[in-house]
Amino acid sequence: MVKELILVFIATVLVNNFVLKYFLGICPFLGVSDNLSSAISMGFATTFVMTITAPVAWLINNYILVKFGLPFLQYVCFIIVIASLVQFVEMVIKKFFPLLHQSMGIYLPLITTNCAILFMALQLVLKDYSLIKSMVFGFGSGIGFTFAITIMASIREELKFQDVPESLKGPGITLIIAGILALIFVGLGGLIQVK
Amino acid sequence: MQRTNILFSDFIKGLWQQNPTFRLLIGMCPTLAVTSQVQNGLAMGLATAFTLLASSIIISIFRNFIPKEVRIPSYIVIIATFVTIVSLFLKANFPEVSKALGPYVPLIIVNCLILGRQEAFASKNPVQRSIADALGMGIGFTLSLMVLASVREVLGMGTLLGHQVIFGNFRPWVIMLTPPGAFLTLGLLLGLINIIDKAVKARREKKQ
Repeated sequence: MVKELILVFIATVLVNNFVLKYFLGICPFLGVSDNLSSAISMGFATTFVMTITAPVAWLINNYILVKFGLPFLQYVCFIIVIASLVQFVEMVIKKFFPLLHQSMGIYLPLITTNCAILFMALQLVLKDYSLIKSMVFGFGSGIGFTFAITIMASIREELKFQDVPESLKGPGITLIIAGILALIFVGLGGLIQVK
Repeated sequence: MQRTNILFSDFIKGLWQQNPTFRLLIGMCPTLAVTSQVQNGLAMGLATAFTLLASSIIISIFRNFIPKEVRIPSYIVIIATFVTIVSLFLKANFPEVSKALGPYVPLIIVNCLILGRQEAFASKNPVQRSIADALGMGIGFTLSLMVLASVREVLGMGTLLGHQVIFGNFRPWVIMLTPPGAFLTLGLLLGLINIIDKAVKARREKKQ
């Protein structure tokens, strides 16, 4: 059981990295990665929301949608859950952790439109995970996103002092670096045989 | 005459000047994910364009009734409804395409292109202009997906829309079909477009 959970975690962080394999969360990945500290804040805010969304999505799917035969409402339900959870998390953090809110407050509303979260919720239904497995999956996806965006931000901080061709400045060179990073993650693919 | 001009400029700006993929860099996830074949790129582009058009019309009609405070959740629910329709339609009529696009169909809901156009355009402008804007952006998005997909399909498999286009001793570049190929191709295309844009601007200045 524990071994299985660890496998799910490693598989989501390294082998099936959300950003570099499934192209999820590319907008924040390109937009927020020019500065290391804001990239880390964004990563942890996303991880936080994902870890909470996973069990809630699981409960709603199994106890409401499946039970009453409403699977066609899945998309609408999940997106409402995510939007309201993000709002709720923001209020809780603002009330109880004002310092934390100062550092990651502006990133929280952006998370609603981060496609990684909706994808994660739909995947755990598709893969038929148990409740605990879903939580590990949600946490792992968040950590994977944080991992990718942190590496990217560290590289881009160095890039400021490099001589980049005029036409590739900005998003162009960022995408090319992402391509090379993705190549490295393809190499990690043999680590685990994922079903 | 004046009115047609406004509508035309609303339409045409999505194609090049404010092209969603190459200029505004929004809606990146599906752009990169489904463009390993032209067929999938086209399907994704049309699905997104339909959702954009339909939700723009609805939101533009109801723009004065939706309270400002809850506009984003309302927009998302409207968009999610249309995406559900698209998803069911694809599943029923084009099961192969639906299978190939897989999990990326529901992700149209969170495509920032759609929400962005509602927020920036449809919620402030009358229905006709919103339709023109949505059509321009939708077609611009579809065309850029197809450009990216053509490059990847031709180099990655030597085919275009399933027909062999490169003959002889060509060995397909398998990397173009994998995630790294998507990132590299889009990065280089962005560079190419910047070069073209610069050349066009320089020529225009020379004329004046």
